[in-house]
Amino acid sequence: MQWIGDHLPEILRYAASHAALAGLPLLVGLAIALPVGWLARRQPRLAGLIVGGSGLLYTIPSLALFILIPLLLGTRILDPLNVYVAMTIYTLALLVRTVVDALGSVPEATRAAATAMGYRGLGRLVAVDLPLAVPVLASGLRVAAVSNVSIVSVSALIGYPQLGSYLTDGYQRDYPLEIGVGIVGCLLLALLFDLAIRGGERALTPWLRVGR
Amino acid sequence: MIRFERVTKSYAARPARGAGSAAGDRNAPTVAVDELTLDVPAGQVTVLVGPSGCGKTTTLRMVNRMIEPTSGTITLGGRDTATLDPAELRRGIGYVIQHAGLFPHRTVADNVATVPRLLGWDRRRSRARALELLERVGLDAALADRYPSQLSGGQQQRVGVARALAADPPVLLMDEPFSAVDPVVREQLQDELLGLQADLGKTILFVTHDIDEAIRLGDQVAVLRVGGRLAQVDSPARLLADPADDFVADFVGRDRGYRALGFRDALPIQPTPEPTVPLGADVGQARATATDRWLLVVDEAGRPVGWVEPERLTGAVSRDDLHRGGTVARRDGSLRALLDAALSAPSGRGVLVDEQGAFVGTVTAAQVTAALAAPAVRPGGIPDGGGHAVDR
Amino acid sequence: MLTSIWAWLTDPASWSGRDGIPTRLVEHLLYSVVALVLAAAVALPLGAWIGHSGRARWLVTAANAARAVPSLGLLFVVAMLAGPRIRGDFAYVVPSLVVLVLLAVPPLLAGAESGVRAVDPAARDAAYGMGMRAREVLLGVELPCALPLLLSGVRAATLQVIATATIAASVSLGGLGRYLIDGLAVSDYAQMAGGALLVAALALAVDGLLALVTRYAVSPGLGGISGKRGGRSGVARRMPAAPTVGRLSHGSEPS
Repeated sequence: MQWIGDHLPEILRYAASHAALAGLPLLVGLAIALPVGWLARRQPRLAGLIVGGSGLLYTIPSLALFILIPLLLGTRILDPLNVYVAMTIYTLALLVRTVVDALGSVPEATRAAATAMGYRGLGRLVAVDLPLAVPVLASGLRVAAVSNVSIVSVSALIGYPQLGSYLTDGYQRDYPLEIGVGIVGCLLLALLFDLAIRGGERALTPWLRVGR
Repeated sequence: MIRFERVTKSYAARPARGAGSAAGDRNAPTVAVDELTLDVPAGQVTVLVGPSGCGKTTTLRMVNRMIEPTSGTITLGGRDTATLDPAELRRGIGYVIQHAGLFPHRTVADNVATVPRLLGWDRRRSRARALELLERVGLDAALADRYPSQLSGGQQQRVGVARALAADPPVLLMDEPFSAVDPVVREQLQDELLGLQADLGKTILFVTHDIDEAIRLGDQVAVLRVGGRLAQVDSPARLLADPADDFVADFVGRDRGYRALGFRDALPIQPTPEPTVPLGADVGQARATATDRWLLVVDEAGRPVGWVEPERLTGAVSRDDLHRGGTVARRDGSLRALLDAALSAPSGRGVLVDEQGAFVGTVTAAQVTAALAAPAVRPGGIPDGGGHAVDR
Repeated sequence: MLTSIWAWLTDPASWSGRDGIPTRLVEHLLYSVVALVLAAAVALPLGAWIGHSGRARWLVTAANAARAVPSLGLLFVVAMLAGPRIRGDFAYVVPSLVVLVLLAVPPLLAGAESGVRAVDPAARDAAYGMGMRAREVLLGVELPCALPLLLSGVRAATLQVIATATIAASVSLGGLGRYLIDGLAVSDYAQMAGGALLVAALALAVDGLLALVTRYAVSPGLGGISGKRGGRSGVARRMPAAPTVGRLSHGSEPS
């Protein structure tokens, strides 16, 4: 326990960089997935390509992707950009499908009513479709968040400093407490993301909270 | 054929869930079916009808032991169903449910062949039987190798009926089979069921919440009230004419007298001859033939197609000129059909046809009401046992 | 860079011996298959039962939550705890295998449960009503209808196992991951990248194979995921092997 106290600043730093490596791709991924998913619903043929393509990328194991990205981007191995790009790809792969499902979960009757009242495409999307799609979106986002936290820890094998570093370090030094810190840190971070997303979901869907 | 003797189904009380529960007697068990005693005669359609919560579906499902009675006996062909192996019992009973319950992973033909295969028939015989039944329920043989998801609701329901008939069971249980389709399809399906029944003579126990469907299809209608008690069981005509109490009277609804006309045959009425012109007749001929404002037009087979107003014709009589207001009734149809034909015709004269659909004459509302005043079949008013003139 | 990777891949030395590509490939596949079979033996029947009876649903939720545990951490912990206690050649295999099985269970469980739960209740009712016995209903109706979601769970589990087997090289497991880890240790990018390409190719090939199996094993009458007559979104026949289950519609709606 003394060890934790001694290393607290470092733990927090690692946690912060882990959060960034996992969280930023979530936002970027969502931002890209929304228009892509929307487009996919309108053009099923294009959709097949997009979703198929991202699905393919998701199939590649994380360590392999971390190693191959520098090849594609021309960056150094230890450039954190590699991890950001890889994580964004994974997030995108998950979220495109989520966005398609989320937009599909909006009742057709509601959408038709909105159009009949005079909403135009983008306006209706923002005012009607997206708010109603929030529950499904949030659920997919939570899955992506937890998945990201776990995958980022693998990048410790390459040497990126984040909570996963405690895992490799602890193993090398045969120091179980350190591994424990790594695992618990990841779990806590995943929990934090989960709660944050749930909180956001609640805030965005006041109509679901009203009691009967 | 099927006999219920003091059959009861009750469910144990739920434990009270916290304060604030409004139910008065939380510890009383829920009674779904209460001491039901009923005979379902062989070869006839018996309809169980009633509002939600009257136990009609529960009753039906006790016959094939999908639900077990709490007390009482159900016998099928004299044998107590409780003594039979449930799966064997069910293979001898056709079962049609509301959303068909077709197996989505099997083709239509494989669906229909399910029970024969369960009974051990070989593939060839099962498939042949499946195709035969698909034709019988009015489906194109091309659908045999499609999947249920490729069929419309009405088609799926027909497959459900075919599937129930596959092993030629003597008894059919039907649980609101036509409720999930739109009214036009529903009427077609009802017609087809009546046609099938005329050919096959099965013992059918039919559940519905729609009193009109019950009256249309049933040889015998059993009205159940909420709580699972039998309110009245009678022929449709009797039910309309003589409801047992306020509940039944309310449930049967309005227009009882008018609907009861559907069960009275129109024997004493003679159709009145009426001048007609064929389609394509020219204006002069039309105007010459007409005796008043309206003139009846027939096709080349002598079948009536509609009324025209000769004064307003601009050329030869064509389909566009036809007024389609009047319904057409069969000469031997029910008084209700005849009255409707007379009331709906623009000329006030209802069009009558024979069994082949050829025009035979007209009838006026006055003639029908005169026939109403005359005793229908026997003195004392209501014909006994119904007779089942179906309004088509 | 690319040329050195190509050189490594085509070097005959890379293809022979204990550290050769064929050996590593076989090892990787072997561990994966064993782990999957063991996990499936537990998770599939359990999941099917949970979906069928509706009880113990919490098991699925717990399993899904457990996926938050980083696999690397799990590998290290189990290796450290169990490693010293096992003697002989399999000292490094058993801990990794244990972790692989543990990680394969949640997607298999969730897939089986949601698959069985997605079976049309009317079809199940009709099956019993027609006189099928419980075993006939399970094998003849529920399993075939559960197959799309079940197989998607299998795909997710397979990818999870292949990916984890890759990083298990860091706790001395064999397999293709060796190239990535050993290459990292000596900063031999050609080896690392070559190995990464092989791993990626393996994962894609296996997933593609499973996609084919899904296409042929699942009845065309079942819409939604693999049927040609799609469910609501005709989009995305191929879904990312992610821990998302139960969202996909079970297609057959009468038109």
